[in-house]
Amino acid sequence: MSSLQFPIFMDYHSTTPVDPRVLEEMLPYFTTKFGNAASRNHAFGWTAEEACEHARERLAKFINAQSEKEIVFTSGATESNNLALKGIAEFYKDKGNHIITAVTEHKAILDTCKRLEKEGFEVTYLKVDREGYVTPESVRAAITDKTILVSIMLANNEVGTVQDLTAIGKITREKGVLLHSDATQGVGKTPFDVQAMNVDLCSFTAHKMYGPKGVGALYVRRNKPRVRLVAQMDGGGHERGMRSGTLNVPGIVGFGKAAELMTADFEKDNARILGLRERLRTKIMTVLEETYINGSMAHRLPGNLNISFSFVEGEALMMAIKDVAVSSGSACTSASLEPSYVLRALGVGDELAHSSIRFGLGRFTTEEEVDYVAELVIAKVNKLRDVSPLYEMHKEGIDLKSVAWVAH
Amino acid sequence: MAYSEKVIEHTENPRNVGTLDKADPTVGTGLVGAPACGDVMRLQIKVGAGGVIEDAKFKTFGCGSAIASSSLATEWIKGKTIDEAETIKNVDIVNELNLPPVKIHCSVLAEDAIKSAIADYRAKQAARAQAK
Repeated sequence: MSSLQFPIFMDYHSTTPVDPRVLEEMLPYFTTKFGNAASRNHAFGWTAEEACEHARERLAKFINAQSEKEIVFTSGATESNNLALKGIAEFYKDKGNHIITAVTEHKAILDTCKRLEKEGFEVTYLKVDREGYVTPESVRAAITDKTILVSIMLANNEVGTVQDLTAIGKITREKGVLLHSDATQGVGKTPFDVQAMNVDLCSFTAHKMYGPKGVGALYVRRNKPRVRLVAQMDGGGHERGMRSGTLNVPGIVGFGKAAELMTADFEKDNARILGLRERLRTKIMTVLEETYINGSMAHRLPGNLNISFSFVEGEALMMAIKDVAVSSGSACTSASLEPSYVLRALGVGDELAHSSIRFGLGRFTTEEEVDYVAELVIAKVNKLRDVSPLYEMHKEGIDLKSVAWVAH
Repeated sequence: MAYSEKVIEHTENPRNVGTLDKADPTVGTGLVGAPACGDVMRLQIKVGAGGVIEDAKFKTFGCGSAIASSSLATEWIKGKTIDEAETIKNVDIVNELNLPPVKIHCSVLAEDAIKSAIADYRAKQAARAQAK
């Protein structure tokens, strides 16, 4: 008998379920151990503080930070990214006003940079190649004597391209420029080490790694160089003055446990997820013609598969496979009616961007789910192609690019 | 976004999917939209005596709402005269399918497809009349 449960979750880039082992460790901190970690004068506070410090140590170990004092707790990666960029810009503005990032970064980086531009900072948005890769040479070429910060993500959330932070970190260190990395999607899924990579700040969040939503961290290097930033949240001076606000103790406890599990299961989990990803890719792409991989096969997160199915619109396909939760770069799935800016940056044409589906596999994905999804996708793509005038024209040998389309 | 039941019903069981012979002088073909915009509709009508639409077929590349809008359009125009079909407005489709604001362009495209197919048919008839 089938053990499949519906709907099937294949959108692990958006979020992940909390691992039961994580939840178990969190639960007492909602009820009996509910103290405020900032209460210095009683046992409730001490218990909460101790739990947070234990989590801090686990997280420091997770990214190979030198000290747990380098971990600043936040509400999530968006806040961490904001704090890193705005905090650095404000602190180092007398040193320079130039920031370097890349066009495929998350909106939490890009929109923060847009804000900083309005405040007088200059931002260089590096282009990426067809696989979404930022060449380290382009980073070097963009650095000027006004550059204070380079921010390059570890791995992309749409196409899963993993950047060469080791090479980029060598350059920023040599040039005396700070390096921030939005490690949200990549950490725990691809090797990441702030010391080996010379990363000075990095953002990440619990809910992308089987921890709870609403808790994240910013790593801020304290030694060689000592990184300083201006707090963006004023209040009780928590987190060494870098982020005021009562700590989310249960969330932080879960975050720490989630990180420990990611480290412990790193090889096993990622090998298994990669195997499933390849099974899904091979099954779909050997049967369906005119399908294209978006991103890089050489430098890719194990759980990421982003495919464009020519002649089929992404949202229609998502609707047709409604028992399966995936994501699409199609305009129709966004409020803006513009297709994915990431796919555009990779040079994927608008037609294929509209036809893209992102499958995100993770810790709880099963082989049975992969087989079911592959079969379903194949059947529904074929069905939608039967309804597609573009597929018919393609079959008749008409070059779709030669048609004088009436855009609306 | 949640889809209306009618949109889901039409996309799961689209009516009148197919192709008519575009060389047939009684067939009018409308091809509207662009792949780069994420939707292309092809709507065809076969017109009989008295200007009555005897058959209508469509194929659509687009989201569920686009497929549903064109499916509904073919259903509505079959049996109508071309003059009657021409009076169908996109708001009629919006109301029937409960399309949300971001999907109104799908209904506009369907209205355009009907008009474009009728125009093609009329152009063909005019050319034939001239040839005679």
